[in-house]
Parts: sequence; C-alpha cells; structure tokens
Amino acid sequence: MPIQVIFEFLLIISLIICAVFALTSKRLLAAVVIYMAYSLVMTVIWVLLQSPDLAITEAAVGAGVTGILFAVTLKKIHALKGTKDE
Amino acid sequence: MASKKHSRFIDWVNGDTAEKVHEYKFIQKTVPPHSEQAHDEVISTRKARLFNISYEISAVLVCVILVAVLLFTVFNLPLFGSAGNPASNEVAERYLEKGLEETGAVNAVAGMILDYRAFDTFGESSVLFIAVGCVMILLMRDKNNISATEDSLEENERLIEIETNDPILQKIVLLIVPCIFLFGIYVILNGHLSPGGGFSGGAIMGAGLILFAVSFGIDAMQSFFSIKTFKAITTTALMCYATLKAYSFFMGANGLETGIPLGTPGAILSSGLILVLDICVGLIVACTMYGFYSLFARGDI
Repeated sequence: MPIQVIFEFLLIISLIICAVFALTSKRLLAAVVIYMAYSLVMTVIWVLLQSPDLAITEAAVGAGVTGILFAVTLKKIHALKGTKDE
Repeated sequence: MASKKHSRFIDWVNGDTAEKVHEYKFIQKTVPPHSEQAHDEVISTRKARLFNISYEISAVLVCVILVAVLLFTVFNLPLFGSAGNPASNEVAERYLEKGLEETGAVNAVAGMILDYRAFDTFGESSVLFIAVGCVMILLMRDKNNISATEDSLEENERLIEIETNDPILQKIVLLIVPCIFLFGIYVILNGHLSPGGGFSGGAIMGAGLILFAVSFGIDAMQSFFSIKTFKAITTTALMCYATLKAYSFFMGANGLETGIPLGTPGAILSSGLILVLDICVGLIVACTMYGFYSLFARGDI
C-alpha cells in the first residue's frame, strides 16, 4: 500500500474519532478544542483533495474564529468552571 | 504529586485560578431554588401524563416519517458519476474551458464565484451583514437595556482585564499580528491568481483583529477600530459591490462591451472587476468576524 493511502486512512480515522469525542465529551471547553482539532484535520484533507481555497477558509474559520466564538459564548453563559455566580 | 499537578492543569484549562484574589468587589446574584413540589403536582395529574405519552409517541412518529422520506429521496437520486447527472452538464465544461478568456482570472474558482456567479457571492455577503445586524439587535449594550448592576459588573471585568495584561503575550502578538495581516492582504489581492480570495483572506484578517483585541484590550482596539469605522467599512463595501456588479450585469450581459479592461492573465491588475470585488468581500468578512467576537464578548464594538 502506498504511503499516501495510509496517511489518508489515518486522517479519516482521526477525523471520525474527533467527531465522536466532540459529541460525547462531558466538558464543554474540551469539546470545543476537539472540534478545532477536527477542523485542522479537515484542512489537511481538503489539501489532499486538491481544493486549497477551502483549506485556507477551513483553517481560518473552522480552527480559528469558530473556536473563539464558542469559547466566548461558554464564558458568557457561565458554562466554564470558575465563571459561575455562586 | 503527579495527580495534583494534573488536577491543577485541568483547573487552569477550565479557567479556574482560585489563588488570585482581586480587590474588586463582585456583585453576586443569588437565585432562589425552584419549588419542586408545585412542579410535581402539575406532572402527577392525569391529563399531563396523557399529554406526555402522546407527545413521545408523536415525536417518534415524526422522526420515523422524516427518516423514511429522506431515505426515499436518497434512493431516487441519480447514481454517482453517471454521465447524465446535472453535475456533469455543459456548464462546468464551459467554465473550465472559456473561463480564462471571459473573466481573465487564472484561478478558475475566483472567476466562477466573482464573475459568473457574482450575485451568489453578493447574497453571501449580505447574509453576513444581516447576521451581524441581528447579533447587534440581540447583544448590543444600550443605556435602555442595561441596569446599573450589569454596568458595574462590566466595568469590573474591564478593570481586571487591564490589570492582568500579559507582557509576554503582548510582545509575541506584536510580532505575529503584522504577519497575519500581511498574509490576509496577500490572499485577498492575489485571489484571482492563486487559491484564496475575499472570504478566506477576510477570515484571516478578522482572526488577526480578534487576536489583537484579546491581548491588548478594548481601549487599544477602539483607538483605531470603533463602531463608526465598522459601520462605514461594511456599508461602503457592500454598496460598492452592489453598484459595480449591477453595472456589469446591466451593461455587460450576453457578451456586451462593458468598458472594463480584462488585462493580461496572470498580472496582478487583471481580470476586470474581480480584484475590486475581492477587496470588498474581504473587508466585509474581516469586519463581520471581529464584530461577532466583540459583540459576543462585550456587547459592544
């Protein structure tokens, strides 16, 4: 098996693992970080699928801005530990 | 020892720094516990139980019907890769074969989304504009919708933010942010020649703005990017896009002469309107990304 096929299989398996763990993670901040990792893996897959346009956008939006917005929202609704009104 | 270190790390990830005691007074709200007895009484009545059962049954029924309809549709779709599909008709062929001479863009994707389908991209930019408008309506702080308690809480948070400025973070951000902006501008200006374009470049620049705002605080940010700049940039870029594309659709449909030179393919000043439209889309996206962050975090820009 050529090395690129093995690499693609590894990427897809890690993508599925990231997707499952982002859903099942109990801690919300960890779920957001896992989702950002999912976006990074997806970026590499877009490059392998020869669409660099989408790869740039995925890296900037999926791994950057969306994660920040999720984290800010979690802080705003007091879902992070240490930001609760007690 | 190791486990203690581990739990401290988890606390740090969760943002829990109990050691640090701020001298500012936090105003605490106490929420009265729900009266569970009244809740139980409502549930235990017979009518409510009947309603609950029928609710669950109907929910399952709706799900099954939805799944059945979707599966039926999926099985009736044309086969993947067959020659008669709508995806493999003459439109894609024409885009690839005549795109370079008709739009002047070396990057076929840019030629497609900013020339052949420019109204699509205009719709997407408008969607972003409307989205940031809706977030403004919901989250913008105003004299009318904020109480004195909330106001003082925000002020406390701002003072803490100023106090906890991190010099290491600020130095590194000062090194990184110009590179991020340079890359974003390159991606926007080179959109018709290389992968990228308005949306990706704008997202990169927006991420750079957010990074700067996170590390330097609101005051440094507002010295060059206030709500007035935000409004001016987004509305001007959107109107500019609409005007330019309306002109080219009105005057240049069906191969009429528009008077806009296409230039030599591959040069930076080429491909007609695509460069200007890229800049417009990039400005809108960058402002929108920063606007989202700022409104989510502070309720202000």
